[in-house]
Amino acid sequence: MSIVKKFLYVNRKAPYGTIYAQEALEVVLIGAAFDQDVSMAFLDDGVFQLTKGQDTKEAGLKNFSPTFRALGDYEVTKLYVEQESLDERGLTLDDLQDIQWEDEDDDYAEKPSIIVVSRAGMADVMADQDVVLSF
Amino acid sequence: MATLHTVNKSPFQNQTLISCLGHVKDGDSVLLMEDGVYGAMTGNAMSEVVAGMGANVKLFVLGADVSARGIDAGRVAEGITSVNYEEFVGMAASCDRVQNWL
Amino acid sequence: MAAYDVNGTTVEHDEEGYITNLSEWTKELADVISKAENVDMGEEHWAVVNFLRDYYEEYQIAPAVRVLIKSIKKSMGPEVGNNKYMYELFPYGPAKQACKIAGLPKPTGCV
Repeated sequence: MSIVKKFLYVNRKAPYGTIYAQEALEVVLIGAAFDQDVSMAFLDDGVFQLTKGQDTKEAGLKNFSPTFRALGDYEVTKLYVEQESLDERGLTLDDLQDIQWEDEDDDYAEKPSIIVVSRAGMADVMADQDVVLSF
Repeated sequence: MATLHTVNKSPFQNQTLISCLGHVKDGDSVLLMEDGVYGAMTGNAMSEVVAGMGANVKLFVLGADVSARGIDAGRVAEGITSVNYEEFVGMAASCDRVQNWL
Repeated sequence: MAAYDVNGTTVEHDEEGYITNLSEWTKELADVISKAENVDMGEEHWAVVNFLRDYYEEYQIAPAVRVLIKSIKKSMGPEVGNNKYMYELFPYGPAKQACKIAGLPKPTGCV
């Protein structure tokens, strides 16, 4: 019998200035094969990763923002987003992509993946993990 | 239940230390290392924030990184405990999880 | 660098046979790659290749094999969307080999 552990991937950096965000997403996709309880946290500049309307064509970069919408296929269905980090940056939930996952056990009903939490709530989420990986 | 948080960036470079301190829970430990040790000094713009953490969160610095930067031990704020590498490893092994604030 | 020859045009590929410039893919190229791979392309092969290309277009990644099989099971039914049958279609791995034919990068997490 294998023990399922709770893994949290913490994202605190904006998407294109450094490679952290893209690497984190890749690690999550690869790590998803190990059947653990995986969730992601977005705080500080990390919330910028989830904004909609990213268009990297002219900048000559790979736009990996659509890949967040594939996470549900990989059973990564909990994306915690910190309210204070959104507020500080003048963002609301409407500025973020609509990310959903299909619940196979509920006739493939589409359910939202983004869970907005307060800073204190985020601290609770972090304290509830077996493993915290930061990017 | 306790977490060991590590911070390795200067608080004058980015918000990492502030963000970390905003997410610690009672009983947690915060270890300042590498350029993070600048956040342990007295008499700078961060000192009050760090001092305001209270007794429920334990603060540590990695002594080797303090010495490496020529910071006099007397400039490390009161209540911040200096640890060596061996003690750091011991702390990491005995807590429930380590969260590195990059 | 090695290349495929499609009616006189060359399309470069890496040492494993994945094409280097994703925009150079055509159905004719897929036929050339599948012959090199000894895969006889039938309707179901094309369905998988088309699914992979649509998935990449939408999410910017090639899906992992279990994600692929789960999705094919949903769209084409369990007779096609199962491990055994998918490996019959693409003996060198339904994600790995079909991605190569579809002109996509190797799936994330494949070694």
